[in-house]
Amino acid sequence: MLEQCTVAEALERLEKKEISALELTEAALRRVEAVDESVKAFVTVTKNEALAAAALVDAKRLSGEAMPLLAGIPMALKDNLCTKGVLTTCSSKILDNFKPPYDATAVELLRDAGAVLLGKTNLDEFAMGSSTENSAFFTTRNPWDLERVPGGSSGGSAAAVAADEVCFALGSDTGGSIRQPAAFCGVVGMKPTYGRVSRYGLIAFASSLDQIGPFTKDVRDCAIVMNAIARYDARDTTSVPMETPDYTAQLSGGVKGLRIGVPQEYFAAGIDQDVRNAVQQALAVLVALGAEAEEISLPHTDYGIAVYYLIAPAEASSNLARYDGVQYGYRAEADNLLEMYQKTRSRGFGSEVKRRIMLGTYALSSGYYDAYYLKASQVRTLIKQEFAEAFKKFDLILTPTAPSTAFPVGTVEDPLTMYLNDICTIPVNLAGLPALSMPCGFVNNLPVGLQLIGKPFAEATILRAAYAYEQHSGLIKQKPALSGKGVPQDEQI
Amino acid sequence: MKLTSKEVAHVASLARLEMAEDEMEKFAGQLNAILEFADKLNRLETKDILPTAHVLPLNNVFREDRVTPGLERKAALLNAPEAEEGMFRVPRVIE
Repeated sequence: MLEQCTVAEALERLEKKEISALELTEAALRRVEAVDESVKAFVTVTKNEALAAAALVDAKRLSGEAMPLLAGIPMALKDNLCTKGVLTTCSSKILDNFKPPYDATAVELLRDAGAVLLGKTNLDEFAMGSSTENSAFFTTRNPWDLERVPGGSSGGSAAAVAADEVCFALGSDTGGSIRQPAAFCGVVGMKPTYGRVSRYGLIAFASSLDQIGPFTKDVRDCAIVMNAIARYDARDTTSVPMETPDYTAQLSGGVKGLRIGVPQEYFAAGIDQDVRNAVQQALAVLVALGAEAEEISLPHTDYGIAVYYLIAPAEASSNLARYDGVQYGYRAEADNLLEMYQKTRSRGFGSEVKRRIMLGTYALSSGYYDAYYLKASQVRTLIKQEFAEAFKKFDLILTPTAPSTAFPVGTVEDPLTMYLNDICTIPVNLAGLPALSMPCGFVNNLPVGLQLIGKPFAEATILRAAYAYEQHSGLIKQKPALSGKGVPQDEQI
Repeated sequence: MKLTSKEVAHVASLARLEMAEDEMEKFAGQLNAILEFADKLNRLETKDILPTAHVLPLNNVFREDRVTPGLERKAALLNAPEAEEGMFRVPRVIE
């Protein structure tokens, strides 16, 4: 079925003129119509714009123009990425009418590459959460089991790819927000090195941790999308001026002699036994393919969540100060300015966002700065150094992505318990490293995520190992038994 | 208890948030739980450790002091809840 195409397959069929971009976009839109009522991945579907963009690609191809990298490929974008003239809500009441006057750099690069925007996807409000249950609008459902969460915060993007509503999607990852939903939904998700993809136009949550990255159906597609979005950008002062390698070029290099560190702390109590087993089996496959594995220790792992939940809220409290009802978004009516600020923010933000703003404001406030923010920033140094030390000896570090498979909607009510979900992903953001999550098995028909962590800017090494494993496991071909309202047969080509 | 309801009220006012009494109490409980969890950081000696603000070895990223086009005034005001004469309109500040 057409909507099941990977990016690479779709590009090949477009190139051979077996299908048109319009047919591909129409198939994706039909799929959205058929399943999104139950999956609820999209906040906004840009149907008319998508059809027009696809028709334009077809016209260009017909006239013999050289086709850019992703010409005609349907995509979805997390709704915290600015899209010119298209609603960008952050799944928050405070931005529910916001139409940005410009495109984020990553969005601009994808549009220039000819990708067709199908719509904007749901997230935990301002990317604060691990389940999309914090969305001010609705909870996205996991395509593998509609009673379960898709993970978060980029749950909408992960679910849209898993449900074959689009060929690929972008998300953002501050503490695991790409990798954990990728694990829960059984797709490939990559958080690039901090500084690899421009953050210009990504609505800021925690600026020293945020990074944009792709969700794809397989590893090759991840490399293709990375080729399109990894670029130096003068508009982001944390964008690193260096060449983008061709991430697809080294995919089939194999893992012979690759040194893999396996940190025992990521296989400790608190990680489900079934998850541990699936990840250990994936490791065994990589070893059988020629990699060398060794158990290591990263003793500061346990402090990651505490560090993160001081630093990220501190940065968020500052970043979210801009929502005051003056320049954009929701404004509450009031008689004076101070009251307007307070009413706008109190009614516009949901409770998790308020909680983090409060936590961050407290951690930065006079008298508590040294005890909380400074202390956390120092421990962050220790975590970063520990990874750097390990990477002197190893090319990759292998861990589970999340401590469990997707949990049922509405079952995690305590904020702190929810935070513990990010235990395997947070240290990677604190150290600014690249990492990828990919499916490595199933427990009770729910996908398990394998995380591969690399040295700074060594995304190509991660992708090479991931590709070797994927070729061997064949897991990526499994699809959720999602029927929705039923997909018409005539879309089979 | 690290944070009393009174302190929560103070932090809320710093963050320009207003809260009902019961919401304040709920927040106090949750914030205390998180702060107590964060206490584990005190088990680590960090006296001579430099803090990490962000991970890149980039410092003082300058650009040339050149005038470049910015956002047009009209585009900048497009999302304004209230605008007048090319400016953002807010409730009266000066009596």
